[in-house]
Amino acid sequence: MRWSPRRRKRIARAAGYLVFALVIAVVVSAADWGRLSDAFFRLDIARSMFPGAITVALRNTIVYTLLAFVFGLTLGLILALMRLSSIPPYRWFATAYIELFRGLPALLVLFMVGYGVPLAFPDREIPGGVYGSVAVGLGLTAAAYMAETIRAGIQAVPRGQLEAARTLGMSHTRAMISIILPQAFRIVIPPLTNEIILLTKDTSLVYVLGVTATTIELTKFAGDTLNTRVNPTPLVVAGLLYLVITLPMSQLVRGLERRAGRER
Amino acid sequence: MSTIEIEGLHKSFGALEVLRGIDLAVEPGEVVCVIGPSGSGKSTLLRCVNLLEEPTAGTIRVAGVEVTDPDCDIDAVRRGIGMVFQQFNLFGHLTVRENVTIAQRRVLKRGRAEADRIAAENLRRVGLTEKAGAYPAQLSGGQQQRAAIARSLAMSPRLMLFDEPTSALDPELVGEVLAVMRALADEGMTMLVVTHEMAFAREVANRVVFMDAGVIVEQGPPAEVFGRPREERTREFLHRVLEPTRVRPGD
Repeated sequence: MRWSPRRRKRIARAAGYLVFALVIAVVVSAADWGRLSDAFFRLDIARSMFPGAITVALRNTIVYTLLAFVFGLTLGLILALMRLSSIPPYRWFATAYIELFRGLPALLVLFMVGYGVPLAFPDREIPGGVYGSVAVGLGLTAAAYMAETIRAGIQAVPRGQLEAARTLGMSHTRAMISIILPQAFRIVIPPLTNEIILLTKDTSLVYVLGVTATTIELTKFAGDTLNTRVNPTPLVVAGLLYLVITLPMSQLVRGLERRAGRER
Repeated sequence: MSTIEIEGLHKSFGALEVLRGIDLAVEPGEVVCVIGPSGSGKSTLLRCVNLLEEPTAGTIRVAGVEVTDPDCDIDAVRRGIGMVFQQFNLFGHLTVRENVTIAQRRVLKRGRAEADRIAAENLRRVGLTEKAGAYPAQLSGGQQQRAAIARSLAMSPRLMLFDEPTSALDPELVGEVLAVMRALADEGMTMLVVTHEMAFAREVANRVVFMDAGVIVEQGPPAEVFGRPREERTREFLHRVLEPTRVRPGD
């Protein structure tokens, strides 16, 4: 029997759906839902986490993220400009920095900042206590990634833009500030938003600095509750709260990319 | 004092010598069109005048100021030299009005009201009053190029450089840009124009400069260069450009 190409395509697609549904059905029916919901979905335990989960843990997660992002973005911008500088030592430094910090685990850097800085500068401390240490500790790593993103953004602005600005009598610095960087940042807003999402999740490493009841963030908060209640439901709660931060941001990136697509 | 004085200008890109000894002077109010085959160094010559390209040797003076002097404040000199690019190079993140005001505000330190007034004046000059609020991407190529001309004019330049201003335009949009340039020439603007528009050169230029292989082959009033070219290279170029359908294979 011969099927027409259209018929064949339809049958192939139906078969695909069937296999997909079957796999899901098998996994769902094979799992022991009773035990699973006892472990991960205990409403009473979940309820006991509030309002602290939001007023302290979620709040601190957001604050840590923003602080690290601002620190990382500032440093990243400086590094990107150094990387594109006509002065060789600046370029070498920026390249070395980026290679080093992209290659190190964020946990390690955070640890070094948390315990190395007090040793190196015994009479001084990073302002802001644990908040400051997190901003620096996570920001140092984020800066390396953001520097590369911003550099790519600057290089994506056509060369003619700088030439036009310079022929109008703008200095190189003025042209950068008024003409090149505004366009570069428009280009890199989507990847930078991704960087915030990654940072949000990296704040789960803050526990290595030793946090208190007021500086605790989501992961540590959930871990503590897990230990006292001997039940992993808090992890699910924490996971959902991370999504409360990250999902709207993904949505934002998508919106921005659509808008950028229209403008071009 | 000449507006532009170029003496013994050489420019190399690596081993490639693009300009091989150029001497040229442009007098105030003069419109000089530079023609010649691609790769002849016309655009490089133009870009040397405001130091977008650093000359390898030679001197260039603009209104008496030697731009090739290492101590010259090039930003100050550039304020007085308008430049129009083949690719327009409007600032994509700014509206047409902001394109015309940003250098007035940031470089000339004019106030917002004054910059807006001068922008409106110059947009009217190029026929873009209605497009002041539009972004470059919303304009046709011809409109973008006219906006770019207005942006330069708002700086009150004493000299305008045009680098193939119509080469990136659809044929039906060339006329509107040439009309603006002709009006500028009629107002007495000093202009150095690199162009492939022979009709414009013939009708508007006071002087036509023919370049080939990095040197000026000949120059003179358009009637002479187009009507009685002295050099064989000029004749051959004009034949190819003015009568492209007559060129035979292997010519």
